[in-house]
Amino acid sequence: MESPRFRAIRLSILLILALAAPFGFYPIFVMKALCFGLFAAAFNLLIGYGGLLSFGHAAFMGSASYITAYTVKMWGLPPLVGILAGTAVAAAMGTVFGWLAIRRKGIYFAMVTLALSQMVYFFALEAKFTGGEDGIQAVPRGSLFGLVDLNQPLAMYYLVLAIFLIGFGIIYRAIHSPFGEVLKAIRDNEPRAISLGYNTDRYKLLAFILSATLAGLAGATKALVFQFASLTDVTWQMSGDVVLMTLVGGLGTIWGPVAGAFISVTMENYLAQFGSWVTVIQGVIFVVCVLLFRRGVVGEINYLIARRRGNPPLAKAAAGD
Amino acid sequence: MKLRSLIVAAAAAILLGAAAAPGALADGKTVKIGVLNDMSSLYSNIGGMGSVVAAQMAVKDFGGKVLGKPIEVVYADHQNKPDIGAGIASKWYDEDGVDAIFDLPTSSVAIAVQQVAKDRGKVTIISNGGSSDLTNKFCSPTGVHWTYDTYAMAHVIGDAIVKQGGKSWFFITADYAFGHQLQDDTAAVVTGAGGTVVGSVNVPLNNADFSSFLLQAQQSKAQIIGLANAGGDTINSIKQASEFGIVQGGQRMAGLLVFISDVDSLGLKTAQGLLLSEAYYWDQNDQTRAFAKKFQAAFNGKVPTSGQAGVYSAVMFYLKAMAAAKTEDGAEVVAQMRAMPINDFMTKNGRVREDGRVIRDMYLFQVKTPDESKYPYDYFKQLAVVPGDKAFRPLSESVCPLVKK
Amino acid sequence: MMNWVHIAVPPASALLAQLLIGLINGAFYAMLSLGLAVIFGLLNIINFTHGSLYMLGAFCAYLLLNFFGIGYWPSLIIAPIVVGAFGILLERLLIRHVYKLDHLYGLLLTFGIALIIEGLFRQLYGATGKPYDTPDTLSGVRNLGFMFLPIYRAWVIAASTIFCFGTWFVIERTQLGAYLRAATENPALVQAFGINVPRMITLTYGFGVGLAALAGVMAAPIYQVSPLMGSNLIIVVFAVVVIGGMGSILGSIVAGYALGLVEGLTKVFYPEASSTAIFVIMVIVLLVKPSGLFGRGV
Repeated sequence: MESPRFRAIRLSILLILALAAPFGFYPIFVMKALCFGLFAAAFNLLIGYGGLLSFGHAAFMGSASYITAYTVKMWGLPPLVGILAGTAVAAAMGTVFGWLAIRRKGIYFAMVTLALSQMVYFFALEAKFTGGEDGIQAVPRGSLFGLVDLNQPLAMYYLVLAIFLIGFGIIYRAIHSPFGEVLKAIRDNEPRAISLGYNTDRYKLLAFILSATLAGLAGATKALVFQFASLTDVTWQMSGDVVLMTLVGGLGTIWGPVAGAFISVTMENYLAQFGSWVTVIQGVIFVVCVLLFRRGVVGEINYLIARRRGNPPLAKAAAGD
Repeated sequence: MKLRSLIVAAAAAILLGAAAAPGALADGKTVKIGVLNDMSSLYSNIGGMGSVVAAQMAVKDFGGKVLGKPIEVVYADHQNKPDIGAGIASKWYDEDGVDAIFDLPTSSVAIAVQQVAKDRGKVTIISNGGSSDLTNKFCSPTGVHWTYDTYAMAHVIGDAIVKQGGKSWFFITADYAFGHQLQDDTAAVVTGAGGTVVGSVNVPLNNADFSSFLLQAQQSKAQIIGLANAGGDTINSIKQASEFGIVQGGQRMAGLLVFISDVDSLGLKTAQGLLLSEAYYWDQNDQTRAFAKKFQAAFNGKVPTSGQAGVYSAVMFYLKAMAAAKTEDGAEVVAQMRAMPINDFMTKNGRVREDGRVIRDMYLFQVKTPDESKYPYDYFKQLAVVPGDKAFRPLSESVCPLVKK
Repeated sequence: MMNWVHIAVPPASALLAQLLIGLINGAFYAMLSLGLAVIFGLLNIINFTHGSLYMLGAFCAYLLLNFFGIGYWPSLIIAPIVVGAFGILLERLLIRHVYKLDHLYGLLLTFGIALIIEGLFRQLYGATGKPYDTPDTLSGVRNLGFMFLPIYRAWVIAASTIFCFGTWFVIERTQLGAYLRAATENPALVQAFGINVPRMITLTYGFGVGLAALAGVMAAPIYQVSPLMGSNLIIVVFAVVVIGGMGSILGSIVAGYALGLVEGLTKVFYPEASSTAIFVIMVIVLLVKPSGLFGRGV
């Protein structure tokens, strides 16, 4: 366990950085990173702590994005209600998909999630309300409680930051709770957990629903940040992107996925003009991470710190392998 | 182990540096023009780097400076994704001081970026994007649609073919907004001219194999098979149609959105006889040929497509308008553009209408047979000229709020 | 809300024609999923790179023609060898490191390799397709009465059937195949018998890759040669392998052709859904019989 003082220091530094960020960086860029950070953290809940690789998580993120965009633009719902609507739909989808997918394990689980998300993609393509290729555009940001105009970049940023902190906080609490411990036990050795009397299917389903809901929260917020919902959000390539982020940042570490999301968004931003080289670099990162850096950036840092302290067993635990 | 930690640290440092590096910040010292299009995918041939070269040529020919400031051309690949396009456009307008964005193929991206520009009072001049909604439902006071649009294509081609006797039609349509629009526009023209639409089929995106759909078209026994798609899809459809002996069987293919680069890909043997409509063909007259020669010298000997020529023409006109209006302000420059007639190598007495639509003459071409072609890129013979007022959507049919009724 | 398109049931001849076309697509699905199944069966690797190797095969044929003037028939032999050798290189350098790890890492590694290959080719050649002409000996159409069938497509069906069942025969009915199957079950034991298992694994990967490249060469005259041709196909091929039964050779062959037929039918009745029909079937199969139609145990 890291010392509470270390944790408090790290948390304060991050918080200060987060609060000051919009003054130094392009606000939309940081908001994008935060949304994807939440998305990756939600995804990591399932793979890093539950041991379940979902290859269709974009379905939740993208669907919530569409719902929020549509309800805010067409029905004129206030922004928070719109976000809630999107998140609720993601939760419902998570329940149904989770119930179907949990029946299988390992690679078959991944394949089921992939197939289900392909069907969501098809639905998004065909349904009138999603606008197909055009997507839903010009989504108004509205105002918070009728008081704060969200078209101001600063106001929107702090709202997104707040949502991120809430979502991330939920994940943090879930992991550091009895529920989280059981989940990790299931990940490490499911037959043993069953023999101890735990209804593993129920735990896995709950983790799935939680993960889907928070992924939906990220997507719903993203719709308001970009004022846009499009097909890109429900493609399998987007599901692949979140796997990449989590892998690069560190599977099974708390901050890993967020770090991975920031790295990924930065890379995209910086390299956008180089077209296909981005794909090549993403591929290289995948390969390098799988072969050499399986712990990911944050995982490696944790490992190095634990080793520096001369705690090899802790080093192993921090690696989360 | 030490090496690993070194690599991690170095990577982190580089990435942090990259994140912190600000983009070329807007400092107001240059006038910036952005070319945003598809550089690597199915529309890269009709625009791509060629459009960037065209823009750079125009800037150079204009003198490199306007309002006392040097002019800079920036470009990026939107990968045919509206969110990427809108993201780049926002950053360009907000952070990098870009005044106007040109080209914008792929209608969904064009619509998104035109909206981004509209919200900020900045300019978009679309040379390659096709949807006629850009000057109808989505019209903008700072948006100009420069070259062709789906309405014009549908009218020129549909009308000409029905007059030639092609009365019954079957559509193979790309299953998204642009494809449906093209089909609807053309179907309206066909039925209006006395023809019939026998059937249609929607083809999912990213589909390379049209054999099944071509077969359905064949079985419908329609005289004309209308291809409501573009780029690689059109090429595949035509190529496979010849494989299945469709033209031998007596039916004809009508490409509703075909460009010279597509004909180049297909080869004259496969494409001969195809009817198409373009706003510019390099071999029409001395002026068009002179421009093509300059372009070829700058771009690997390739002849300019109508979209690329359109970018040159649009950048030139935009800079002239900016100089005349004596301001960089988007709305004012576009207002100035509306007040000036357009006369250049590809436009005779054209004008920018109040909905943003450029009214120009459109031409009907037919692809030559291999025997008829005497020199490289000698692909088209011109069959007809359709004057601008007839080709484009009349204001009476417009739902654009900028149009005074 | 949705565009429900109802088409009257076409006459039998029309349906037959569509089924025949579906069979052609099915041929490619079968060849590709066969390679995947062989690799998964022996190496336990979910080879996401398969799509880009198929694309490499097609590009190999294109480059052989345009730079060396080498035509279709020699390419059928050269391309699989060249790409197969490249595959062996990949296996030796990169892939063998993840054998002992979770399936997940094999998937991610090969996914990364696929991105690299595709990104490079996209950068070099753009995403528009390059033309590759049908070889003269196989061009032309045959009038079957209910449709005009291009001779080349008939060749595709015939050749793929031979390759697929040839492979099945080698694996299931010959001694070499027996060694391979034994090595899947118990590599240590087979190694103890003096058979060089790592080399067999490497060669098997090379063979699977070669099969994908062969499919690529055969595809070149039909679909344009484009860097994207693999990624469009790979997800569908995965579905086919899962439905047929991961690791089952016969399963992937049968499922490949069958699903080509299903897709063909869907294109008649509900064309917009043709890309998705296979996934619906995959979900159903996964929930009802997860080992697949011909698979053995989860």
